[in-house]
Amino acid sequence: MSAVRKDYIRPVDFKHGHVDMTHGGGGRAMAQLIDELFLRAFDNEWLRQANDQAAFAVRAGRMVMATDSHVVSPLFFPGGDIGCLSVHGTINDVAMSGAVPLYLSAGFILEEGFPLADLKRVVESMAAAAREAGVPVVTGDTKVVERGKGDGVFITTTGIGMVPEGVAISGNAAKPGDRILVSGTMGDHGVAIMSLRENLTFDTTIRSDTAALHGLVAAMVEAVPRIHCLRDPTRGGLATTLNELASQSGCGMVIAEKRIPVNGQVNAACEFLGLDPLYVANEGKLVAICAAEDADALLAAMRTHPLGKDAAIIGEVIADPHHFVQMDTSFGGRRVVDWLTGEQLPRIC
Amino acid sequence: MKYIDEFRDGQLARTLASAIAREADTGRSYNLMEFCGGHTHAISRYGLSDLLPPNVNMIHGPGCPVCVLPIGRIDNAIALAARPGLILCTYADTMRVPASKGTSLLKAKARGADIRMIYSSADAVRIAQENPGRDVVFFAIGFETTTPPTAVAIMQAMALRLTNFSVFCNHVLTPAAISNILESKEVRELGTVPLDGFVGPAHVSTVIGSQPYEYFAEEYQRPVVIAGFEPLDVMQAILMLVRQLNEGRAEVENEFTRAVTREGNTKAKALVAEVFELRRSFEWRGLGEVPYSALRIKAQYAAFDAEARYGIVYQSVPDNKACECGAILRGVKKPADCKVFGTVCTPENPIGSCMVSSEGACAAHYTYGRFKDVPVVAAPNATAAA
Amino acid sequence: MCLAIPARVVELLAPDSAVVDVGGVQKRISLALVDGVACGDYVIVHVGYALARLDAEEAQRTLQTFAAAKLADPEAA
Repeated sequence: MSAVRKDYIRPVDFKHGHVDMTHGGGGRAMAQLIDELFLRAFDNEWLRQANDQAAFAVRAGRMVMATDSHVVSPLFFPGGDIGCLSVHGTINDVAMSGAVPLYLSAGFILEEGFPLADLKRVVESMAAAAREAGVPVVTGDTKVVERGKGDGVFITTTGIGMVPEGVAISGNAAKPGDRILVSGTMGDHGVAIMSLRENLTFDTTIRSDTAALHGLVAAMVEAVPRIHCLRDPTRGGLATTLNELASQSGCGMVIAEKRIPVNGQVNAACEFLGLDPLYVANEGKLVAICAAEDADALLAAMRTHPLGKDAAIIGEVIADPHHFVQMDTSFGGRRVVDWLTGEQLPRIC
Repeated sequence: MKYIDEFRDGQLARTLASAIAREADTGRSYNLMEFCGGHTHAISRYGLSDLLPPNVNMIHGPGCPVCVLPIGRIDNAIALAARPGLILCTYADTMRVPASKGTSLLKAKARGADIRMIYSSADAVRIAQENPGRDVVFFAIGFETTTPPTAVAIMQAMALRLTNFSVFCNHVLTPAAISNILESKEVRELGTVPLDGFVGPAHVSTVIGSQPYEYFAEEYQRPVVIAGFEPLDVMQAILMLVRQLNEGRAEVENEFTRAVTREGNTKAKALVAEVFELRRSFEWRGLGEVPYSALRIKAQYAAFDAEARYGIVYQSVPDNKACECGAILRGVKKPADCKVFGTVCTPENPIGSCMVSSEGACAAHYTYGRFKDVPVVAAPNATAAA
Repeated sequence: MCLAIPARVVELLAPDSAVVDVGGVQKRISLALVDGVACGDYVIVHVGYALARLDAEEAQRTLQTFAAAKLADPEAA
């Protein structure tokens, strides 16, 4: 007769199991999933307390909070996945204020039928990204929706951070005469994603540039505390971010096409599909605007950091009541770099 | 990228620009129509107009197959997509074209129609193979460049014995459009649109060759220079046209010799002739009915003809009264002449087709050039800043 | 008209496809419309089909024509 182990609870089947409605039901199945997956992966002192909230002390000063929801498809792509993307995205949003990110929360909406093996992969990727960034996920939530009502998994992350003294970075702080810098090559993430989209497959070694930028930002703020603007050019690409900043600051901009770093393969992929790299998403790059006299010091600080080795000064801010972003093309003409219209779609004409 | 980067060299652009400025006779104007939408896009994107002397004017022609697709045909496509279980495959260019009642393929997709954006007609055939229980329709648009790929898809579907695949054919022809423009009242009689020469399309010509343009040069006494797709190609073609006009010549010249021959691609042409035949007339958005300007699928291939299969009835839908796309497509008006340009009609909310396609004259002007309409602060050269 | 780009053929696949390379990005396309394509040739690709072979000599000749404009310029340094 086989011995029955006392207190034996069958572990969650991460190899072959799927999310079902009980995992969001609030009962034992949900507790078990949370324990065996989320708590085990994120493991930190707050989660070990097993409360519905995380408590911590903060020093006096200006606090920053940011939130991001992630609905990327495909979930897994060269260079990353929705998991690390959700960690990096919110850390970056916090960091763009100059703040040091401290803690993250993570909310999951899971679709019934989503493979647990994929969920495990996503969560472990998130945990690794959080650990590497030194920003723990201290609280979270899980819900399950019926099959057909979700795209596998939606993740919402929220982050908080503290702004160091003397730092006042904001989208409306650009002034005529300021210089515009980017931290590296444009368009990598969008092209990496597109290379997997059904009907658009092409082979490329381009990987998503998804990365947490708070380390780079810290180095930049140390070199130039009076940075005027910081923003990461995610959806809509560099062009959209520059237009946003121009609009918020009430200025215009002039940039030089030949100064914008773009990976050769990104250029080529965009040629194939009729896309403009200026409008393609980035997930590990930032745009910085600072006073002209600080530009060289800022560039040097960026280039010393591994995430800013391809940094470049690409243009300057000017006075312009129309807030146009103009570009000197490498060809020698000048054109406007406008807001993105809807979603950038590939074209055949 | 080889054969691309060398043809975008800024230094060479400047020398070509000075050559054009040098050779253009200041005593006259040169009014050149670039027929092809791809050239419109290149001119706007690279800011070529900045490099031309003021007496060389580029007029944007109707060579944008998305722009000339009539509202009624988009309505037909949307109706097909609305059929239960049907999968409509389309190039992404058509998704935002405004159809009747403010709808579009993009909006229909949002409301649940199974519309799939594809890169190649071969993808549509594959989708049909992968979904044997569902009808698949390929929304085929484009000039002569895009027609051979549709022909191959139909032959492939036939070889695979697919019974669930058909094509909604909207292929149109370049020479017919050029005729239509040259025959228009404004050009022929009134002379209100001075049209001195044409920059001929690049990739259409790789298929049809340079030979079909000889008729226009001869009959209408206007030079045609077929130009490659890159900005240096366009500039060289403009230089060649200026020279022809100075010398009183009206010939067909080929700048795009690396890809275009006089006969074109005989294999592709034969394939197209096998599968398609001329329609007696076809409505072009903005140009009205144009005779012998479009193709339909031959009777032997009726099994793959969506119009036959679904009994599609075409209903002409007039453009918005304020829309000047027609005049703009014929080169009679400029985007800034249209009352709704930039106000009611923008790339976000296009009223007419010229604003939808990124190579439509209005979209190109709005996106790349409208800053020239407003007095912009004299901006310093960006390269001096760094 | 219509977006088409010159691409280098890096691999031929029976019966009538090929893998082409543009600036390091590779894609599988159809050769159904062009005969006699060899590895190393450049073709013009539109919507996943090769439409024509690119004539390398003519390309060179065209580039030289552009440069010739400079030689003819009395003001060129």
